[in-house]
Amino acid sequence: MERLVYIAVDGVIFASWLFLVSLGLTFIYGVLRVLNVAHGSLYALGAYMGSSLVLLFLRAGYPTALSYLVLLGAALLIGLTVGPFLERVFLRRIYLKEEVLVLLLTFAISLMLEDVIKLVWGVEPYLVNAPYLALGQVKVAGVAYAVYPFLLTGIAVAAGTLVWATMARTRFGRLVVSVIEDREISAASGVNVPLVFTFAFTLGAILAALGGAFTAPMISVVPGVAVEVIVLAFAVAAIGGLGSIEGAAIGALLVGLLRAAAVHLAPELDLLAIYAVMALVLLVRPYGLFGRAEVRRI
Amino acid sequence: MSRRSSALMIPLLLAVAGSLLAVDQTSAQPPGAPKELKIGVVSFLSGPGAPHSGIPTRQGAELLIEALNAGQVPPPHDKRGIGGVPIKAVYTDEAGPVDRQVTEFRRLVLDEKVNLVVGYISSANCPAIAPVADELRTLTVFSICGTQRVFEDAEYKYVFRTRAHQIIDALGIARYVLAVKPDLKTIAGINQDYAWGRDSWATFSDTILQVKPDVRVVDALWPKLFAGDYSAEITKLLAAKPAVIFSSLWGGDLETFVAQATPRGLFDQSLVVFTVADNLLVPGPGRFVPTRTVFGARGLYGPLTPDTPLSRWFGGEFRKRHGYFPIHDPFNVAASILGAKAAFEKALAATGRWPTVEEVVKAFAHLEYEGAAGPIKMTLGKGHQAVEPVGFGIVKSFDPATHEVTLEQVKTFRVECVNPPAGVKSVDWIRQGFPGAVCP
Repeated sequence: MERLVYIAVDGVIFASWLFLVSLGLTFIYGVLRVLNVAHGSLYALGAYMGSSLVLLFLRAGYPTALSYLVLLGAALLIGLTVGPFLERVFLRRIYLKEEVLVLLLTFAISLMLEDVIKLVWGVEPYLVNAPYLALGQVKVAGVAYAVYPFLLTGIAVAAGTLVWATMARTRFGRLVVSVIEDREISAASGVNVPLVFTFAFTLGAILAALGGAFTAPMISVVPGVAVEVIVLAFAVAAIGGLGSIEGAAIGALLVGLLRAAAVHLAPELDLLAIYAVMALVLLVRPYGLFGRAEVRRI
Repeated sequence: MSRRSSALMIPLLLAVAGSLLAVDQTSAQPPGAPKELKIGVVSFLSGPGAPHSGIPTRQGAELLIEALNAGQVPPPHDKRGIGGVPIKAVYTDEAGPVDRQVTEFRRLVLDEKVNLVVGYISSANCPAIAPVADELRTLTVFSICGTQRVFEDAEYKYVFRTRAHQIIDALGIARYVLAVKPDLKTIAGINQDYAWGRDSWATFSDTILQVKPDVRVVDALWPKLFAGDYSAEITKLLAAKPAVIFSSLWGGDLETFVAQATPRGLFDQSLVVFTVADNLLVPGPGRFVPTRTVFGARGLYGPLTPDTPLSRWFGGEFRKRHGYFPIHDPFNVAASILGAKAAFEKALAATGRWPTVEEVVKAFAHLEYEGAAGPIKMTLGKGHQAVEPVGFGIVKSFDPATHEVTLEQVKTFRVECVNPPAGVKSVDWIRQGFPGAVCP
């Protein structure tokens, strides 16, 4: 019985992390129809920037309680600088080109950013886990859990709600939805489509960096975190349907719970769980759970 | 001959003799020697394997090669370069899939025309590279990879490994655990799901069960290499409450696991034993080593390094350059380069001229030489696989300023206790009850 509790708790913790890291990817695809392979690098930039800033912050003697704001600041810093730069300088030139070209370009950007990270932060591992340790532990069904992952759950829910609310309740959100539906008619109706794209990509970049910044206190930040994350983020986004936020949430929950179940019940199948789910879902629903087939406009 | 010309003869003869002697001294290189000896050094220079393993390996190789070329290495390796020939290193990245590494190896040999290759950290790469090394007839010295399969499942002519394989880590730590916890009841494991993790866990659990069959294995967890999140695994281990948890996790995975397990009290509840704990000694922000864990350094390295002239010199120079005492990786790559040097110079002495690669591999087999942290004996694998002693201790404290741990209850295990005898496979040796082992 307790085992079910553990599977549920571990599943939700992992699901929230998966949702946070795949939210930006699926959002950018939904709006710009760009499969952003550099999403992992934006996540890594968030992780490195978050670690460095918290380190400087704590060394300067400020209280750990405020370090969470520093992590948020790091995510905003990365998202608001790197996001618009990448969109304006690189992506803007290839929107109307074939998708494979876009994929290649974002892949090239991810490789470049990997080296930029090494140039700026070096190769030494960053383990800045004061924010993680500061929240202590809580007992659930007799087992101690760190409190920090539950904070991540809260952040994931908040980020998802914020994005959904932005799309559903704000003027900007309406503009974005109209651009998603039909780029040309929106432009013809006077919507500043390039500006919408820049905003959307920037928001996606902030979300990616947010995932990285808030994961950093839980891990050893080393070169290569980008690659691990991008594979998982793609799998979750594909399961949910690229472009769908609800899909990403359901996909993350599905994968999170299944992986937790695998670890607790059949550890040998741990690796298999994620990709088996993806294969099964795509067999039955090729566009993902909430994705829909695109009608090609001639 | 006139008196004047004969008077000139002596100074002339002296001048000629003098110039001949001068020529002899500058051509200290043996006959047939190349202008320089190119060594390919392969380790993780990017990706998650780099910070704790690949970069320290490169740093160790750079330090040693520079010192060898300058003739600054203490005896017995004080001869310049290798046999007087200066060394040129070509550093290659071990990151990426196995087939890419095979391609890189071919490129090193066929394009870069290296004379020998040293390095390799990943147990996934060594078994794949070995047959290619034999195919291309290139002397290849594995420095760090741990899987015993390389020389237990096959034989190679041109391939050597100058450090003991994983048996000393897993079997050694099992013996340590049995010594400090004689009433052991339950064990569990968390290891990366590839050759290194699988072989390590099999050796540990087989050894424990061989000596104490009543011990129960409560769990074996297999996160993927470079997983990055262990929350579910830690929950399972906390719920199962094993007395001892065995882990061969290394690098960033080890650090992440330690970071995530510490606030949840895993190290208070179980005795966690890490065979590659010395990875935690690589400097970086936030580094810490959890107390009350069993610390393994893949042999007598880190805080267990024996005090020899070479270890004092190498450790001191490394610390001067990089700010910390070297972990096992720099010592291991140094042992490979010194082994190759010893083999070349032995073959050189035997033939009187620059040896062929076949003569060098013949000299390398069954070689015993002074490594950077103690003697290296190429005893197993028909003289191609080294054996080493090993030691462990429980972490008492960690000093982040010097990146050093203090260990207590230190126990060392001699070569004959933790390495199988020649010709016996590790798995068989354990299952047969360690025949021929000499243990305290």
